[in-house]
Amino acid sequence: MKKKNIPAGKKALELVRGNAVPIMFVIICAIFIPMAGFSPSYLLNEIITRMGRNLFLVLCLLFPIMAGMGLNFAMTLGAMGAEIAVILVADWQIWGIPGVVLSMILSIPFSALLGFICGTLQNMAKGREMITSYIINFFINGWYQLIVLYIMGSIIPIIHASIMLPRGYGIRNTVSLLNMRQCLDDLLAVRIGGVKIPVFTFILVGLMCLFIIWFRRTKLGQDMRAVGQDMDVARDAGINVDRTRIISVVMSTVCAGFGMVIYLQNIGNLPTYTGHSQIGMFCIAALLVGGASVEKASIGNAFLGVILFHLMFIVAPGAGAFITGDSMVGEYFRVFLSYGVIALALIMYEAKKRMAKSKAGRELAEAQKEKEAAE
Amino acid sequence: MSNKKKDYNLNSPSKFTDEMKTIPPARRLTAQEKTQMSPLQAMVASYGLPRLLITGFLLVLFILTPFVDVDLVTQITNIINRFSWNAVLVLAMVPMIHSGCGLNFGLPLAIICGLLGSTLSIQFGFTGPLSFVAAVVIATPFAILLGGGYGLLLNRIKGGEMMIATYVGFSVMSFFCMMWLLLPYSAPTMVYGLSASGLRPTISLDGFYNQVLAGFLEIDFGEIAGKLGISLGALEKLVIPTGSLLVFVLLAFLMWAFLHTKTGTAMTAVGSNPTFARAAGINVDRTRMLSVIMSTWLGAIGILIYQQGFGFIQLYNAPNNLTMPTVAAILIGGASVNKASISNVIIGTILFQGIVTMTPTVMNSAIHMDMSEVIRIIVSQGMILYALTRKVKGSK
Repeated sequence: MKKKNIPAGKKALELVRGNAVPIMFVIICAIFIPMAGFSPSYLLNEIITRMGRNLFLVLCLLFPIMAGMGLNFAMTLGAMGAEIAVILVADWQIWGIPGVVLSMILSIPFSALLGFICGTLQNMAKGREMITSYIINFFINGWYQLIVLYIMGSIIPIIHASIMLPRGYGIRNTVSLLNMRQCLDDLLAVRIGGVKIPVFTFILVGLMCLFIIWFRRTKLGQDMRAVGQDMDVARDAGINVDRTRIISVVMSTVCAGFGMVIYLQNIGNLPTYTGHSQIGMFCIAALLVGGASVEKASIGNAFLGVILFHLMFIVAPGAGAFITGDSMVGEYFRVFLSYGVIALALIMYEAKKRMAKSKAGRELAEAQKEKEAAE
Repeated sequence: MSNKKKDYNLNSPSKFTDEMKTIPPARRLTAQEKTQMSPLQAMVASYGLPRLLITGFLLVLFILTPFVDVDLVTQITNIINRFSWNAVLVLAMVPMIHSGCGLNFGLPLAIICGLLGSTLSIQFGFTGPLSFVAAVVIATPFAILLGGGYGLLLNRIKGGEMMIATYVGFSVMSFFCMMWLLLPYSAPTMVYGLSASGLRPTISLDGFYNQVLAGFLEIDFGEIAGKLGISLGALEKLVIPTGSLLVFVLLAFLMWAFLHTKTGTAMTAVGSNPTFARAAGINVDRTRMLSVIMSTWLGAIGILIYQQGFGFIQLYNAPNNLTMPTVAAILIGGASVNKASISNVIIGTILFQGIVTMTPTVMNSAIHMDMSEVIRIIVSQGMILYALTRKVKGSK
């Protein structure tokens, strides 16, 4: 009702302010694309490939945001779980679609266990979930390296020498997944004018979206949103807050595991020790570029974010070379933008939280004054 | 009626006691509690279980040295050396922890200030020990400026400092990755030979301030033995970088003295309980800002001292590699998210650097398996995680 009275100019301004980050990225991309000088079909092809590769991973970030736990930097745990599963499946020489499906199934226990650990630790550090998840990331990475580099081959039997380091234990820096490469993407793939569309991967992403929409309406989804709104109120309403939060992290981690298998089958090889290290950062940056914030994110944000972020990612080195004559500048620039957008989103979130808090405080004080005056 | 009415007056006694309750209980146990525990329990409780484990691990490594043919004295020299490189960086954590800004994951920002100092000093043509002084002088205004901006930012986002500090540190670091390429540096020792522009990732400090502090009043037992014509046995391999240690002692003493001044006490009060501090008439924002500037300046000086010991300037993504070890070091020393002392710095740096130095050599000789990197990651991150999840009212 009120909105009708707001003039169009002001409305537009509101829209710009609410979507500052996506608009900034649209402008950056618009400037960079001509500079980089890629053909449209190449760009379209790259974007579609990267959408298929990353969307599932980005979508898994939505669950913890729903439960008010912020950006799940520990989605990397799911990626690690999936990598262990993929290594085992590659060792058993199960390839193609069965290999992918088996990897996904096998990743569930690993991811769920890691997610449970992560959720429990985050519950112990309420109010600083994000930094905790960020550190858990590194901590579990240490254990991951211990398992993959020292225990696999010496205690966990690894049959095939081709994926093992020459010294007799530990996994090679890269595990070839050539026989698994793009087998999901090629299933039902459609080519339109030289642009390959991995239909099946998109169907999986679509199913994930439907699942999220459905999940929001279930009892558990509603509980999660209640916990996200206010933990104390939710507790008073009889919701088991800690359990709900752990479930949201476990769901996120397990989905990240599936996402990582999709990601790896697209890439076609597994960088054993570096594959997961940047995943969390890039996925979070992509989601935020799409206009999400720390407490609110939608499926639309994920789609828009992946498109804009990866468009920027593809064209930045070329544009950097065009401006400064050094393609390294462009590479650093895109890393700077990814870090910068995360920093910006976190700052906006905390500033807003503080403003709301002080506003509530002021209102309380005023109410108090009125009450005293009435007395 | 008056019982039910909640009291919003800060100066009233009831509010005061309420606020006092939120101050985290002291880590030291009361005498009564101590008598109820067994001596072992009391020791574990006062020293902290993780720290005990780490100390035990280090002791085992020390005991193992003779059995696996590792020279203990060389190892001790290494630990002292590494201590002298890193101690000031760890000291830089103290002011921000005291003022309640939490662990300074934004250390790359401070390191960037130091890097600006060192690169500009070389660019302006300073050589020898003078280049170190010039680097310190040039780094200082950058530290105050960037630290001030960083402090302003952190004041606006109280409660989320650590996460934001991490990403502000990353952003500044990657921004300067571009700058190292684009700024018009031209000193031939620093830039790429072919294009004559853009700084190299690693710059040697030979001829500049390599070992300038470490060499000052250096005690080299081998040399002494040679001069006096006596044999000191294994001790001959011991070298003590006196200058670096003296600088650390000086800075640590200044920090200790500062924390006991009025401003320093105010800083601790702000860290323990901002509401209470504000009620006591302390300007919370200004105190926090001061602590951030101090932390940034110490970080900048810390990296210069690190460089003079290490002998190289490392640019681009290198600042990132120092953040986690530094944060972990002070936590291993017994600090928590909002409590730290000078002794935490000293103990933590010795323990952490001890593990970093000893594990590769001892492990390698003992089981022919270099697991040091993995152990380092697990120990340092585990320590940070332990500190974050401890039930202490943190930076809220």
